[in-house]
Amino acid sequence: MTDDALRIEDLDVAYRVRGRDRQVLRGLSLAIGRGETYGLVGESGCGKSTAALAVVRYLPRGGRVRGGHILLDGQDVLTLTKPALRQMRARSVAMVYQDPGRALNPSIVAGRQLAEVYTQAGYSAAEADDRALDMLRRVQISDPARVMGRYPHQLSGGMLQRVVIAMALAVDRRLLILDEPTTGLDATVEAEVLDLIEALRAEFSTAVLFIGHNLAVIARMCARVGVLYAGTKVEEGPTAEVFEQPRHPYTVGLLRCLPRRGRNKHVARLDTIPGFLPTAPDLVRGCVFTERCGMATDLCHDTEPPLAQFGDRFSRCHYHEQAPTLPRATPSELPVAASRPLTRVPVLRVENLSKTYMVGALGVAALRDIEFDLWPGETLGLVGESGSGKTTLARVLLGLTAPDAESIVQIDGRPLPDLAARRSPAQIKALQIVFQNPDSALNRAHSVRRIIGRALTKLGGLRGDAMRRRLLELTRAVRLADRFLTARPRQLSGGLKQRVAIARAFAGAPRLVVCDEPTSALDVSVQAAILNLLADLQAERQVSYLFVSHDLGVVRYLSDRILVLYLGRLMESGPAERVFNGPHHPYTEALLSAVPDADGRIARIPLTGEIPSAVRPPRGCVFHTRCPRKIGRVCEEEEPRLLARDEDSHSIRCHLPTPELGRVRADLAVPA
Amino acid sequence: MSGVALGEAPVRAPRWETLRLLARSPAFLAGAAIVLFWVLCSLFGERLVPIDPYAADLLGTLDPPSAEHWFGTDQLGRDMFSRVIVGARDILTVAPLATLLGVGLGTAIGLVTGYFRGIIDNLVSRLVDAVLALPLLIVALMALVALGPSNGTVILAIGLSFTPIVARTVRSAVLAERELDYVAAARLRGESSGHIMVMEILPNILGPIFVELTVRVGYAIFTVATLSFLGVGLQPPSPDWGLAISENYGLIGGGYWWAVLFDALAITSLVVGVNLVADGLQNALDQ
Repeated sequence: MTDDALRIEDLDVAYRVRGRDRQVLRGLSLAIGRGETYGLVGESGCGKSTAALAVVRYLPRGGRVRGGHILLDGQDVLTLTKPALRQMRARSVAMVYQDPGRALNPSIVAGRQLAEVYTQAGYSAAEADDRALDMLRRVQISDPARVMGRYPHQLSGGMLQRVVIAMALAVDRRLLILDEPTTGLDATVEAEVLDLIEALRAEFSTAVLFIGHNLAVIARMCARVGVLYAGTKVEEGPTAEVFEQPRHPYTVGLLRCLPRRGRNKHVARLDTIPGFLPTAPDLVRGCVFTERCGMATDLCHDTEPPLAQFGDRFSRCHYHEQAPTLPRATPSELPVAASRPLTRVPVLRVENLSKTYMVGALGVAALRDIEFDLWPGETLGLVGESGSGKTTLARVLLGLTAPDAESIVQIDGRPLPDLAARRSPAQIKALQIVFQNPDSALNRAHSVRRIIGRALTKLGGLRGDAMRRRLLELTRAVRLADRFLTARPRQLSGGLKQRVAIARAFAGAPRLVVCDEPTSALDVSVQAAILNLLADLQAERQVSYLFVSHDLGVVRYLSDRILVLYLGRLMESGPAERVFNGPHHPYTEALLSAVPDADGRIARIPLTGEIPSAVRPPRGCVFHTRCPRKIGRVCEEEEPRLLARDEDSHSIRCHLPTPELGRVRADLAVPA
Repeated sequence: MSGVALGEAPVRAPRWETLRLLARSPAFLAGAAIVLFWVLCSLFGERLVPIDPYAADLLGTLDPPSAEHWFGTDQLGRDMFSRVIVGARDILTVAPLATLLGVGLGTAIGLVTGYFRGIIDNLVSRLVDAVLALPLLIVALMALVALGPSNGTVILAIGLSFTPIVARTVRSAVLAERELDYVAAARLRGESSGHIMVMEILPNILGPIFVELTVRVGYAIFTVATLSFLGVGLQPPSPDWGLAISENYGLIGGGYWWAVLFDALAITSLVVGVNLVADGLQNALDQ
């Protein structure tokens, strides 16, 4: 196998932390052939990014390669001289990181940054400009000439990532390293960027090392996959086979954490992987996964398993043949649900809700004519691309921003004052939130006890011993060990922080909790545990959720009803199974088709272009500029009404008659 | 149960980490040693010095440094060594009190303007800008001439002149904090604005306030010495360093360098010490 584009042999990398070496990669070996796409998956902290950085010899301070070889095109990267290393970085490898906004220099226009790659490669300035323009065309940027002269902050996330990819592929590279290239992007944009990477890879026959935690994206992009756990490769093989028949308990666990087809909170709880990554994997005597493995035996504790090979697959497990029979870490039985109170009054009734921001003398409609009812014990999923108004709606309901005067918001049948400061203590108690980013949501100066205790005092009206008793009950209900009470947020992992935030939201027995992307910052195993927790709390307490997420899999797992927003307008609303099963609004159809799919390919319905600016929304149907099913003039001139499409209160805002609306994604279907 | 945490007990507290960094910084330790030395001098100096710093000896005026008078004597024959040691007392009372006043008031103004924004913020911020455009020393000088110099008025003048600068620093720190979700979470459980400012935001901006405090002490020491030198600060017979330099600087031309040099060195060492402490703190908090 001399024609591998990248060959890593027995790579050991350690970081020096507080005067001690902490091993991050242990004997990692992998090979990527020319033009092959290889995926590397694992939870955060497994060493994926370290592997990528080691390949370009760009380890952060304190990082050191302790042993092994990295052969790029047959050349050992680790022995290169400084000038040769620079040549290699300039010509043979390129890296694309997660956040394109930080990869580009904010004070240089995009065109010049791209042209620089060509001048580096020896082209004249004029030639470099021409080639840059040509490259922007190839990454399918609309109006490339204009983009050339734009500064990074004037471009959207999707466009920025295209510019970065254009830079990465500008010179014919041997290897392209993609480190979570689509993590911060909307599903529709993600799908487009992935299509682009796929097309360019085929065209340039570049080898790709694709690092990601989203298993569905890996499944779509990569021919082969390696699963990394605590710096050790535990499984490897062709992606389809590994994901269909995993042969390592860790891979089995990861796949079970995903809210997959046919699963929702009424069917079964998600499985989880208990415990945490070992802090010192080099001190573990046997298999590194033993501590979290449901089928570990004495053998696993004492002896590190060899890398077993079968066909073109590898697994580092003593019992790899039995791996699929791994017992569940979390029982699938649902908790006994409290009986649903019989009521004819919804928890939340929203009618005619609009929010207009004044930009100069111009009114910008961030939300227009939103209406829905939310019933006790129900979850309402809020879906749409960024800029669709999801967050504005959540903020308006919470009372952080006031809606327009004619809007009607009622809680338990009574009108709700528009700002939190004007609401009664009971109304304040009724509405709480779990934020997306727990680092920002928890006061870093306060201990966990103080954060939850204050909420109990303020929302629960509890003091002294009663408060302390309730505090322990609540932390146990969110499965937070007592010893974390004295900790400060920064000492907790992401999942634990989110549990604290959930405990705080439930301190005053709320009627409605707004969940704003509560799991998007978390690993899949942690996400599964948090989703289970939210579902359990809902079943026990009949609390309602307004669940905002861009991950449709997660929305489908937890939601009873769905709202689809586009440019502040309600495009579709209805019971979850109706919205997922169809008929769909063309926008919903496109959103659903953009979800990367682990099992079988579905024709994707591309959405071209960006969300139009809310300052000048398109006339007629706001979606017509991107709609793949536009009928004609009527869409440009007349705004369709939100029409009920069946007796189940499934409504769609579209001129198309119901039979002509599309149905996609049988695999996403929700059991009724 | 799902996800019950199995990791080990919480690690060391963040504050501890800052202290550890400080203890490893030679510059901070040197600065702290100098400051500590002068603090001890001002607390116990009077009891420790061999000769009464106020005792005039008209037979031994302007003696050069000798075994008896290590730093020589001034034009009243007072022992310069004793006066330098005891001279730390007044400046180390006035300067920190002035700083506390300025930082306290500035923090309060910064919190209110940064948190509420809007019209109060606009008014106060423009006022702060206007005050910052004035030369501080001259303003303080005029205020002291008008009010008459005393320890109290010096504290007031310096403290008030620091307030706008501190207010601006604190305001910008508050602006960054108020956008974080924990502030929204506090509003959503019905906390009052006062509670949010003092209990939620303030603990998170103590770092920059602390740095401001140490930096300002350095400036205050300088300003007190300058005002004393100009005759509107501390008053005789205080052995204050600035005052001593003012009384004796005319003598340098006559070759009586010791009457000025040791006081000047004392001021320099204290200011350098305070600044080393401030730098060390800033570095440790930035890590």
